Formats: sequence, C-alpha cells, structure tokens
Amino acid sequence: MNNWDELQKAARTGKLTRREFLGRAAALGVTTSLASGAMATMSFAADAPKKGGTLRLGLAGGSTTDSMDVRTYTDSFMMNVGAAIMNATIEIDPDNNPIPSLFESWDTKPGAAEWVFKVKQGVTFHNGKTLDADDIVYSFNLHRGKDTKSSAAVYLAGVDDIKATDKHEVTFTLKEGDADLLYSLSDYHFLVVPKDFNDWSKPIGTGAFKYDAYEPGVSARVVRNENYWNPGRGNVDVAEYTCINDTAARMNALVAGQVDLIHRVDTSTIDLIKAVPNLQLIQKAGGYHAIYAMRCDMPPFDNADLRRAVKYAVDRDQLLKALFNGYGVIGNDTQIPPTDPFYNTELEQYKYDPDKAKFYLKKSGVTKITAPLSASDAAFNGAVDAALLFQANAKAAGVDFPLKKEPADGFWDNVWLKVPFCESYWGGRPCATMMMTVAMASTAAWNETGWKVPAFDKLLSDAKKEIDHEKRKQMIWELQRMTHDDGGAVVPAFKSWVDAADKKVKNYQPYSLYDLCNTRVAEMVWIDEA
Amino acid sequence: VLKLLAQRLGLGLITLWAASVLIFFSTALLPGDFASAMLGQAATAENTAAIRTSLGLDKPLLQRYTDWLGGALHGDFGTSLASHRPVMDEIKPRLLNTFFLALYAAVVAVPLSVFLGVMAAIRQGSIFDRAVNVGALTSISVPEFFLGYVLIMFLGVHYRVFPVLSAVNPAMPFGTRLYFAFMPMITLVLVIMAHMMRMTRASVLQVMASPYIEMAYLKGLPKWRVVVQHALPNALAPIVNVIALNLAYLVVGVVVVEKVFVYPGMGQMLVDAVSKRNIPVVLACGLIFAVVFILLNILADVLSIMSNPRLRHPR
Repeated sequence: MNNWDELQKAARTGKLTRREFLGRAAALGVTTSLASGAMATMSFAADAPKKGGTLRLGLAGGSTTDSMDVRTYTDSFMMNVGAAIMNATIEIDPDNNPIPSLFESWDTKPGAAEWVFKVKQGVTFHNGKTLDADDIVYSFNLHRGKDTKSSAAVYLAGVDDIKATDKHEVTFTLKEGDADLLYSLSDYHFLVVPKDFNDWSKPIGTGAFKYDAYEPGVSARVVRNENYWNPGRGNVDVAEYTCINDTAARMNALVAGQVDLIHRVDTSTIDLIKAVPNLQLIQKAGGYHAIYAMRCDMPPFDNADLRRAVKYAVDRDQLLKALFNGYGVIGNDTQIPPTDPFYNTELEQYKYDPDKAKFYLKKSGVTKITAPLSASDAAFNGAVDAALLFQANAKAAGVDFPLKKEPADGFWDNVWLKVPFCESYWGGRPCATMMMTVAMASTAAWNETGWKVPAFDKLLSDAKKEIDHEKRKQMIWELQRMTHDDGGAVVPAFKSWVDAADKKVKNYQPYSLYDLCNTRVAEMVWIDEA
Repeated sequence: VLKLLAQRLGLGLITLWAASVLIFFSTALLPGDFASAMLGQAATAENTAAIRTSLGLDKPLLQRYTDWLGGALHGDFGTSLASHRPVMDEIKPRLLNTFFLALYAAVVAVPLSVFLGVMAAIRQGSIFDRAVNVGALTSISVPEFFLGYVLIMFLGVHYRVFPVLSAVNPAMPFGTRLYFAFMPMITLVLVIMAHMMRMTRASVLQVMASPYIEMAYLKGLPKWRVVVQHALPNALAPIVNVIALNLAYLVVGVVVVEKVFVYPGMGQMLVDAVSKRNIPVVLACGLIFAVVFILLNILADVLSIMSNPRLRHPR
C-alpha cells in the first residue's frame, strides 16, 4: 500500500480505520487538508455498518400511474424502490466507473463486439431460486424485440444476441462494437428477475430488500433480505418510501423529522436545511443539464456562424444562478459534463462576449432572427424565466430573437423536435459515447439540434469500438471539439444533485451519475442514532 | 315528494350522460396520448406504436366511446392503462380517502359555521360579530396552500403537534387517521367556513326583519329562542344550498390541499391521470365527481323544498 490511490481505495472499501488512514497518508507526504477532504467520502473500518432500524425516504418522482414493472420506470420513486428489491448486472460507482454487481467479471476482444460475462455464483432470489445465466438473459430480453414496451429498448438496440453460454456465463453479441457496453447495461431499467417471472404486483429479485407493500404514487415498503449476497450493504431492517412530489412538503417533512432523507432539495430555500444542526447535505455535480437547441437543419440556424454568435451571447454564470441557484457548474455546449472521465479539458470555454457575438453575427449575414425560442416550464423548472434572462442578455450582445411561451401540456409532442429553437433538458448519461449516441449522432431519434455530420458519426463509431484507453480518449476529445465548435446545442449549466438527510444516516455518499447514491441509497446507508 | 325525487333523479341521469360525453370527447382533444405521455422524451416510433396497439388506442374514437359507455353501464370502467388493474380497484382506496377527509371537514365545518353564523346574527354589530367576520374573510381570502403552509410551519415544524405528512393508509386505526388528517381538515374548514357562516348570518338577519319575528319578540320570547326556533327554520333554504355547494367542493376541489399535505386522495390521482393521459381513470374520476355534484344538488333542492311548506304543498 504505497501509493495514494491504493490507500484511498483501501479506505473506501473499509479496510482501514480512520487513524490508520491518516497515519499512512502522512507517511506518504499527503497534506492533511487533502487527506481530510478525501475522508469525507470514505467509510472506515471503525465506522462499520450498523444493522437495524427503519429508514424513511421522502422521494419525488412518483405518480399514481406508476407500476413495479421495470419496463415502465421513468422517475426516481420507482427507480429507487425497484433497485432496493432487484439488482443490476453492473453498477456505477461515485466517480462514474462501472463496477461488478450480478456480473462479477467480464472480458471482450478488440473491436468490442463480443462480450463474455461471468455471473456471480451463490446468489438466491427472494423465492429461493438460485440465480443463473438464464434469469439474466430473460431479464434483458424483457427490453428487446419488436413489440417491447420498454423505454430502455434503445440501449439494447445495438445488441444482436444475448445467450447463456454456460450455467454462469452470458455472452452479448453486438451489431457493432461498443467499448462502453458496461454503461448501457447499468441502466436503471435492467434489473434482474427470475426466468419467466411476470407477476409485477409482487416483484421478486436478488436485492437487499424484499417486497412488502406498495401503493402507486403514495408509498412503498420493503424489508431486509437476510440472505443478501453483498456484504456490508442492506443494513436497515425496513425502508419506507413516501412519495412527496411537492418540494416544500418534502423539505418540511425532513425538517419536522418525519422522513430521514430527501432528494431534489429546493436550492432557493436550502438555508432552511443549513440552519438545522442535525441535517446534512449531500451534493455532487452530475450530467443533468438544461439546453437551448438550435436546429441546424432549419433556417436561420443552418448557419454555423449564427450558432457561434448565439453561443457567445449566453451569460452562463448568470444562468447557472438563475437555473440552479449556483448549485452546479457552467457548461461548454458539448453536453458532456466535467465529471465525465473523458471530459475534454482543453476546449475554449465559451464566455459572454458581446464583441465576438457581434462579430459572428455580422459574419453570418443574418440581419434579423425571426425564429422564436420556444420556452416552456415542461422543459425544466423555471425554464420560462431562464429564457427571458437568456433573451435579455443576448439582446444586449446584439443577438436579438423573439420568445414564444408554449403550454407545458403536450410540449414534447407538439413543440420539441419540431421548431427551430427550443428549450429542453437531458438527465445525462453515464458516459460520453452514450450521450453522443442518443443526442448527437445523425441517426439518433432525439437529435434535437438536427446536427448531422458524417465525420462525427464515423469517429463516434470508431471510438466506440476502440478498447485502448489513450486512443479512445483522443477520439472522444475530438468528438467534443466538433460539437463545441459547430453543434447547435447551447448548454448553459450542469446541475448538482442535492440530497439532504438526518445526520444519523451514515455512509451517504454523493454520486455524480444520479442522486440517492445512484438509486441504491436504501442499501448503502445505515442508521446510527448516537 | 316522491314524484319530485324521481323527476330530479331523471334529470340528474341526463346531466350525467351529458357530462360523460363532454368528458370523453374533451379528453380526446388533448394533445398526445398515453403512449407518448408515458414515454415522454424516451418515445420512439416503435415503442409508442407497441403500447398503442396493446391498449386499443388505435381504434376509432366513437367506437372507444360506445365500448366504454357499454362497460360503464354494467359497472365496468375498464382497466387503467398504466397498471392494468381495473379502474375501480385503483380508484376505490383514494375515493374512500377523499370521502373520509370531506366528511371529517364537513362534520367540523358545518355545525361550527352555522353556529357562528347564528351567533353573529344574534349579536349583530358586536365585537364578536366583527371578529368572526374578519377571521372568516381572511381565511377565505388567502390561497389554501398558503393556509396549509402556515399551519405546517406552526403546528408541524415549530411545535411538532401534528404530522406534516398526512399519508394515511388503510391499515391505520380510526383515531390515528383522524390525527394524521387533522391539518388538511383544518385547512379545508378554514376555506369553506366563511361562505357558509356568512350565508347563515345573512339569511337569518333577513328573516329577522319580517313582522312575525317582531310578533315573537312581543310575545316575550328571549332572543336566542326567536332566532333558533323561528328565524333559522325559515332561513334554511339558502343555507342548505350553500352547504351542498361547499360539500361538493370538499370532494372535487381539494387537489392543492392534497398536494401540500401529501394526502392520497382523488384530486392527485386525477391530475396524474390527465397528465399521463390515463383516460379510463380520468373518465371514471370525472363521472364520480359529476355524480357527487348532481346528488348533492338534488339533495339541496329537495331539502330546501321540504323546509318550505309553501313549496312542499304547491297550490
């Protein structure tokens, strides 16, 4: 254990006590401030998980139209309840790297078109059945085929075949190589159920908790699975989920002590939580971003210089404050967040620059932008106000466009993808190539900027097949440069996930992919009343 | 009276049918459908089409209406598009919750506002009269979510007397349910009281101006007896009407209060159903609301006729 990375790894997995960690860090010459910064995300052997207690979660994103069926999940409430009962094959760690879950190891050949996964052995479902490769094939096939209703079907569109090649081995054959397949497989819809399972009113999984009760859009209750295969996880006896969609009600419930943790903290009233001594905030910048999409295949934004002019007319710092109260980081129009392992750090950061905006506007030859920015609060909270601010700033920089307020109802059907200039949002994707495939490739169904560049598609497809890390990095950096310079997306800011919890909830780590420990908070934390 | 009742019920049924047509075809006018609303940004042509076919959303509109009406007449409201459970099973627990809260609020609000109204009428112009009026008008003038938040702030967060989440569930004993639903109940009481109280006061005062009241005074009756025995019965008709309207509001208009207190009632369900285009649930909710409205109005009519001998025995 002689380098800093290894030391941190050991500490993160709970192999060291706090004292040991600090001692060895000092021996390595690591400054105290760096070491204590790192300690914030660690669980030490001394703080070993405590068993027992009831965890009460107050979550938004539930609806009376929800169901337990993994194919129908769209929002946090079901994502969390589902993840408590069922396991994924691959998980994503706090820093956005894939880690084993029900797939314990994997291998691929150059070209990344064939993947062989080893299924973890000795895992049993809640009904007593032992997990094997057939269960996993069945679970993935729920999302495949011509008449699947799954909204995750798109992540498996590139998969040609999934086969159980042994009792504990699954082989994926892809139509085209994808070195980032692991990220696709980590999607929250891909939870594992026993083969031929279809009674979704009582879900059965291998997860840390067993199903107990559920009422759509109201509440859910799960109880601890005594035989959980993942040691250190699944600590509380009971997890009770209450659906609280109203932001103020969620904050009140936490402050009044009726729930132990909440997410989507309202950052404009965050001081309310900071003022209460027994509460903690858990936050990390993620991939969720607001976007102003200019259609590159419709006038007037089929003009690259005009798009540049608009990008220089955005006051990103102000929008970050207006959109997320400063809880986030500013964007650079690539839709790839700075937390991504392949984020291009060398691109010029777009800044509010009226001179450059005027220069490119003149160069574009466009005298008057008649296409309005279609704004609606359906796109994201406060979208209309943000659009007004954006418009005013742009006007001051010489880029003047009209604004059109669209009704929130039916926004995604009637406006989005159909107008030249439109507000929208993205929940972010676990890795850069996935984000590019769903939003920027020519063939993407949700290519909302209509930006279609064959060279980009070619390079993206090459990058996906490349398994050499250094080469991939160069390719993905180049892809980001292309969208940065020429693309039609204005990305003012990426939002931070902000959760809040009672301090008795321990081991609550921030994840950059998604809030609530990437939907697995119930099995990660434990309760220590002391 | 029976003839009258039958006549009103018949009219009610026609109104109900008209309401069903209105609800069905106006929901059809909404942009998008269940498939696209459910998938949202994640919709592709293929998975949208798959959901549509499996739910029969590709059939012509008129056929869907007759199918639905036929089913509804047999008490079958179809299955929820989202959960594939029968709509009635899905609605029932929430409907009961809504009725529970409405009844709870009504039991407190109706006697209280009639009592306060009568008291205010007896002591017309006094400090009491003014205080009650100002209080009631204030509570009706601020939006109900604000009232809710103020109650939460004091009773829930600051003093912690009552729970801020009113997530009642069927397993709760009756007493606990009353306790959990207390804050939404008080909010609703504050919202509907002003209307009923002021109507009571106004109609009692109006009757008090008539000659026979003067006669009662001259007989030497004390003021409270004059009001309660002579004035109130004759002032009942408009009061009953207002009460019926407010009771209907308690069932159909409380979505904001449900949201603030996270109370699992019908309002939230209807909002979800509309935004997800879960049409069978929208239709069933709409129909239930229509029935409540119509029944309460019939009841108000009948009661006000019964309370008035001149209408009871028309000549």
